[in-house]
Amino acid sequence: MLELKNVSFSVEDAEIIEDISFTLEDNRFLVITGPNGGGKSTLARLIMGIEKPTGGRIIFNGQDITGLGITERARLGIGYAFQNPPRFKGLTVRGLLSLAHGSDLPEDACCEYLTNVGLCSMEYLNRDVDSSLSGGEVKRIEIATLMAKNLGLAMFDEPEAGIDLWSFKMLVESFRSMSKGRHTSVILISHQERIMELADEVLVVANGKIRSYGTRDEILPKLMGEFDEDCAYAHSS
Amino acid sequence: MLDNVVKSLLKSVADIGDIPVEGAYNIRMDGAGAGRRSTENVVIETKADKPGIDIFVKPFTKNERVHIPVVITKTGLSDTVYNDFFIGEGADVTIVAGCGIHNSGCDSARHDGIHRFFIGKGARLKYVEKHYGEGEGTGERVLNPTTVVDMDENSVCEMETVQIRGVDSTVRETSAALGAGAKLIVTERLMTHGRQTARSNMEVQLNGEGASAQIVSRSVARDSSEQVFYPKAVGNSGCKAHVQCDSIIMDGARIRSIPEISANHPDANIVHEAAIGKINGEQMIKLQTLGLTEAEAETVIIDGFLK
Repeated sequence: MLELKNVSFSVEDAEIIEDISFTLEDNRFLVITGPNGGGKSTLARLIMGIEKPTGGRIIFNGQDITGLGITERARLGIGYAFQNPPRFKGLTVRGLLSLAHGSDLPEDACCEYLTNVGLCSMEYLNRDVDSSLSGGEVKRIEIATLMAKNLGLAMFDEPEAGIDLWSFKMLVESFRSMSKGRHTSVILISHQERIMELADEVLVVANGKIRSYGTRDEILPKLMGEFDEDCAYAHSS
Repeated sequence: MLDNVVKSLLKSVADIGDIPVEGAYNIRMDGAGAGRRSTENVVIETKADKPGIDIFVKPFTKNERVHIPVVITKTGLSDTVYNDFFIGEGADVTIVAGCGIHNSGCDSARHDGIHRFFIGKGARLKYVEKHYGEGEGTGERVLNPTTVVDMDENSVCEMETVQIRGVDSTVRETSAALGAGAKLIVTERLMTHGRQTARSNMEVQLNGEGASAQIVSRSVARDSSEQVFYPKAVGNSGCKAHVQCDSIIMDGARIRSIPEISANHPDANIVHEAAIGKINGEQMIKLQTLGLTEAEAETVIIDGFLK
């Protein structure tokens, strides 16, 4: 279970996240959505420990993890697939998946994870995760790294970005099955309606604050209207 | 019989732990020959006028490996050796060279290897050279290799040089002249630490039509070590060359990278790229999110970079 209690994050005088509180129970699939620049990724980075909150507490499975570093949080079972994953010279896809898994990963397991993200596994296993791969390929491999372990909380930051429509369908299926088993809880940052439909809960973050939070059935119907208001505001200002 | 220090050095520099089971070899230890075997296609002879050997590979020899490691275990020894390699037309061979120094004394131990390669028409050479130093002594371990490559028409030379531990001072001089259709691939990997210094000068002359060269240098400089790279590609014909120097800088190290490209022909196509930077922060964070500590993440990144 993940609890955020009055979490704030500011850089110099700018408030990026303001007083956010919510609780994600086990076996729940949460989609965080909202306008670009609203603080969604920052929220995930705060939970992972990449950024340190300037206020509030983060509790994971009853333990206060606010002061813990990234490695310690990873070892407690939190994982994060980056929005823009870095590339590595000289590190193969199989090597990266093995690092994620924590030990050498058998070939058939690697292949399964790669297939699940729409990559033809034999072509990729021994390729380096470097600039020879396209943005979409790196993005899919990033998602596969989170499949290579069982996590208490798996977070994916806009996993659909840069992924073609055919693969997207497959990806949605992968997330659907992931929500039923592999990880205890899943947080997914997304703008895609198809992905939001997988959610148990939806959290809308805008201007660093929670705009609305509730079950999928409560939030989804209201969402389009809210985005329309944002657009109207943007046009008039 | 080789003792354990020598066997361990041989393992580090030549991937052999003892006398090679097959293929031609020449082991040089503390300034003198310590074992040799010629084969039907690869003949090794001692030079008459100066220290060193001539290695003759018969034309159209296929898939042979030749080991020519050098080990130095005596402090204060300075060894200069001249080795010439004649690779016959159409041959396809791998030559594994390398020098390991175990210096347990307080005087410097030094090896200067001057290697010249004459690669015949259509021949293919893979040359692997590893440099390694160890020993508890305060004496410096110095390696100054000079490599000269003369490439005939349509020959291919793939050269891999590695120096990742224990060499205090190195000045590497490499030059190559490429005939028509010749192809040169150089991969240089270097890591310096402590107060080590390393300099690599390279000059590639692309003389023949259709010649091509690819030079990749990857290095990591740690502690207060210093590195200088000066690769130069000169296009004298319709040719292609790509020079890439990529360095990771850490701690209080210093790196200079000065790639030079010049063209003396309108159809010469020469590109260089050079970059120096610290370890990418996002790479470190990514690996930490997989459960690695900072030190483990750093090792994974550097090992991959120098792979």
